[in-house]
This record gives sequence, structure tokens and C-alpha cells, in this order.
Amino acid sequence: MSEQEDDIILSELDDNELVQQMYDDLYDGLKEEIEEAVEILLERGWAPYRILTEALVGGMTVVGNDFRDGILFVPEVLLAANAMKGGMFILKPLLAETGAPRVGKMVIGTVKGDIHDIGKNLVSMMMEGAGFEVVDLGINNAVETYLEALEAEKPDILGMSALLTTTMPYMKVVIDTMVEKQIRDDYIVLVGGAPLNEEFGKAIGADAYCRDAAVAVETAKEWVARKHNQMAAG
Amino acid sequence: MMWCMAGTANADVFRKPSPMTDRNAFTTLLSERDWLLADGATGTNLFNMGLQSGDAPELWNETHPENIRTLYRGAVDAGSDIFLTNSFGGNRARLKLHDAGHRARELSRIAAEIGRDIADASGRTVIVAGSMGPTGEIMAPLGPLTHADAVEMFHEQAEGLKEGGADVLWVETISAPEEYAAAAEAAKLAGMPWCGTMSFDTAGRTMMGMTSNAMAAMVEKLDHPPVAFGANCGVGASDLLRTVQGFAATGTTRPIIAKGNAGIPKYHDGHIHYDGTPEVMATYATMARDSGAHIIGGCCGTMPEHLRAMRQALETQPKSDAPDMDAIAQALGGFSSESDGTNADTTPQPRPTRRRRRA
Repeated sequence: MSEQEDDIILSELDDNELVQQMYDDLYDGLKEEIEEAVEILLERGWAPYRILTEALVGGMTVVGNDFRDGILFVPEVLLAANAMKGGMFILKPLLAETGAPRVGKMVIGTVKGDIHDIGKNLVSMMMEGAGFEVVDLGINNAVETYLEALEAEKPDILGMSALLTTTMPYMKVVIDTMVEKQIRDDYIVLVGGAPLNEEFGKAIGADAYCRDAAVAVETAKEWVARKHNQMAAG
Repeated sequence: MMWCMAGTANADVFRKPSPMTDRNAFTTLLSERDWLLADGATGTNLFNMGLQSGDAPELWNETHPENIRTLYRGAVDAGSDIFLTNSFGGNRARLKLHDAGHRARELSRIAAEIGRDIADASGRTVIVAGSMGPTGEIMAPLGPLTHADAVEMFHEQAEGLKEGGADVLWVETISAPEEYAAAAEAAKLAGMPWCGTMSFDTAGRTMMGMTSNAMAAMVEKLDHPPVAFGANCGVGASDLLRTVQGFAATGTTRPIIAKGNAGIPKYHDGHIHYDGTPEVMATYATMARDSGAHIIGGCCGTMPEHLRAMRQALETQPKSDAPDMDAIAQALGGFSSESDGTNADTTPQPRPTRRRRRA
């Protein structure tokens, strides 16, 4: 790609072209360009929620799909997510002001004894990119921390991550405690992390295992929709 | 990827490094033999001895030295020529979670000391490999960990392992080439020979996107290259052998390491069990040798009975041609992805965009 192609003037593009360009710029992890484009769309009168869903979520979906398919890897996705965060930073206060609909809320954290947060951070960012509100508890979370956060935040989803075979069984400690306190069914429990698999997720009583951040987003959407349907029916 | 830990342990903190430590023992053994058997799992073995999920295995070097001795002895008695110390998570960043960040050097030293004892008591040449796992942090510019800090962290641990009498440093389960380079520099500072393996767990590449052939090239560019390099952990034995063949296809003359998991983790009655049988791992071992690996071992789920079967297979079955992908899939199970990124024709490419990527 030649130098002159770097000379795209975002403000000269029509809405449709601009959104397509944002897809490309998210894919390439260009934060400043994304911030500029978000400002342009706001000036043109786009509602913050429309920018979020049509431009940012749309673009991150492409990134997520290529990550899932082994075309992009962690470094590229981190850059893309960072660019998206630039846009989200502008939109967040506006979304709150305009009372935009929320897809759902998630509390997420890496389990006790585990320092690894690369995958968890990816999930956080991709979930935000998909319009979820995310409360990130960070690493090394004991069962009490999870329970306090559930109580305080009232999320739809609890997400747990582990990268070590020494820490993944701790997820079961958390789920068992939730069962004991009779709050297990109040939440959708999603688990992920490299050593896990679907069978493990089932065995410990999670609702689903998510292979990667892209799958986590799809799974979260599905389960939240299902939960809402159940509530409407029940 | 299945996380891997290799074993260690004892608490006689005042003991001097054993005089039997020989920094050339490893390279000598490597030059004398066509294949060397490394060890198996640390984490899986320690869980079976009662290690609780979330606890740091490295603390056991001090509190449960007998269990660590048992762990090491399990590998040695099963015929391992090399075993890894119980220090995989023994760096400052990882131990910080257990309020033991300041004890990285000490706990690593104890891990190696126990290892030295076991190796010296074995009556044959057994290599004590000082295990060093990843820091768990993302390196700059993508993440917060600078090269200098990473080198310092690895160096601190390396000095402890050296003091304890490790023959060689053994860096494993690395994803980022930057972190691998930091470990290389640390080994140089410690004046130690080292080996380094990466975990290829994402569509045949490391999490950070490195392919097998890219790793083989990267290793040669290091100022203090590893004595041997290769792959550990990852997805399953089949993927790991594909990666080994990827290394070999580059024509590298540097010895290749294969340390694959004993199948896939399953959860039974509160603990994790890997589904690969000793027979499967025996087949894996000979296939790894035939694929070009010089040092062959297991990773998560690989117990002494697996190692024994692997040793026997390596001793009794003659070397043959490298198995093709179909033969590997048939013997060890399917691959996690169609491509591993080493063949441009079959590798899915990023979509073209209208701007140049900055990375």
C-alpha cells in the first residue's frame, strides 16, 4: 500500500464511505483516525448509539471474526481494541446522557492465583466493542471478590478466566459457592482461558465455555437474548 | 494451551551448589545421543499430591520438599535424561500474587538444589534444567513490561537456579518473541547455557502469531542463542509434531525440543485428568524423533508411566522417515487448525485495507 493512500481525508468521505474506512482503520489499529471519525459522525448528527453499533461494533466484528479464524493474532487485536477504546472514550459519556439502550452488563476477572489477563482484557474490550457494559475485576480474584461484585453490580453475566492448569479448577470453587448461596441461576456464567475446553466448562457448572474473545461476544449475546426471552415469557 | 510446570525442591538454604554441577554436562550428553528423554508434567503431578488450585507450586519447594523430591524422582526413575525444576512460575511477577515476589531467587535456588540432589543420586548423567516460565505480562510497546524489566526478572530467577546447581536454564511456554529475547539476554548475564520453547496454541502459531519457521529464524539472530529450541504445551500432540516438522523444514542444525501434552484436559471428580494414554505418548515420542526432535518429553498430563512407555519406545523402535500429517492425525488425533501459517498458499491472509498498518 503506497504512501498516497495514507492521504485519505476522513471529513471528505460520505457517511457510508466513512464507516467503511473506520472498519479498515479499526482493523489496522489506528486510534487517532478512529477518534477523528467518531467526532466527524457526531458533528454530522449521528446518535452516539448509532456510531457505536454501526461503526465501532461493526468494525470490531470483522476483527473478531479474523481473530477467531486464525488470521489475526493477539498483537493486532490489542491494537484494534485500543483504537476502539479511543472512540468509546468519546462516546461513553454521550451514551449515558442520551440513555442509549444497553446490550447487557458483565463482571469479569481472572481467578485466584492467576496473573494472566491478556485473554481477559481482550474479552473485556471486545465486549465493550459489542456494546456491553463491563466491570473488570482484574487478576487474582478470590471467590469473595466475585460475590461482592455480583452483589454490587447486578450484572447479567459473570465471566471468569484462567490460563493455568493450576488455577482453572478455582472456577468451580466460585460456581459451587454461588450454588450454595442460591444465586447461581441469577447469572449467566461464562468461562474461558487457554487450558479450558467445553467439557471442562460443563463439568464445573458454567453455562458456556468460550474459546476466544470473539466467541465470548457471540455467546454473551445469545445468552442475554435467551434470558430476556425467558423473562418476557415467564 | 495447557499450562506447564516442570518440577523441583528442598530447603537447606545454606548448602553450597553441588560440586557435581557441570555446565557442559548437557551439551556433552546432547552430542553423545541421538535422542534425549525430557520429563513430563509438574502441575498435574503436584495436584495429585494435594496442591490446591490457585496456590503457587513454587512455595512447595520450601514447605513440601518431600513432594518435590517425589516429583523429580518420578521422572528420573522413569528414565528421563533431563528434568525441569519446580520453578516455572518462580519469577517476581508471578510470585507477587502470593506475596512472594521478593523470594523469586531463593525459591528458584531451592528448586534447583533439590533437583541437583536427585540427579546426583541417580547414578547416571541426569540434567537438571532450571525451568523459567513466562512473566504473564505483555511486553512493550503493546503492553507495560519493558525489555529491561523482563531481562531483570528472568536474570534474578536465572541466578537462583544457577546457585542451586542447575545444569542449564529451560525457558518454556513463551508466546512473544520479545520475551524469548529477554530470557536469552538474562541467560547470557547469568553465564548459563539455555534452552527455550514456545507454546504454539493459536491456529498453529503462538498466541502472538509467531509461526514455527519464524521462530527457527528468530533463534539464530539472538546474541546468546539457545543450545536447543522447540515447542512445548500448546493444544495437543498432533499440533506439536506439525510445529516440530515446521522447525525441521527450515533446515536448522540446532537441536529441536518436543514437549507435548498427554492429550486434552478433562475434569473428573474435582481434579484434572489428561486423556492421552502411555501407549499414545509412546507413539508420539517416536513420531517426534522421526519428525526431527532431538529432545523429547511431555508436558501437562504426562506422568511417570507415560515417560516409561516413551523411553521404551524410543529404545526399541528404530528411527524412520518423518510421518506425514495424515499419519500423525490418525495416530494422535486431528489438528486444531487447517494451516499453521508456514505455507503462504494455504494461510489465510489479513484483509486488504485502504491504509497502511502501523505495526
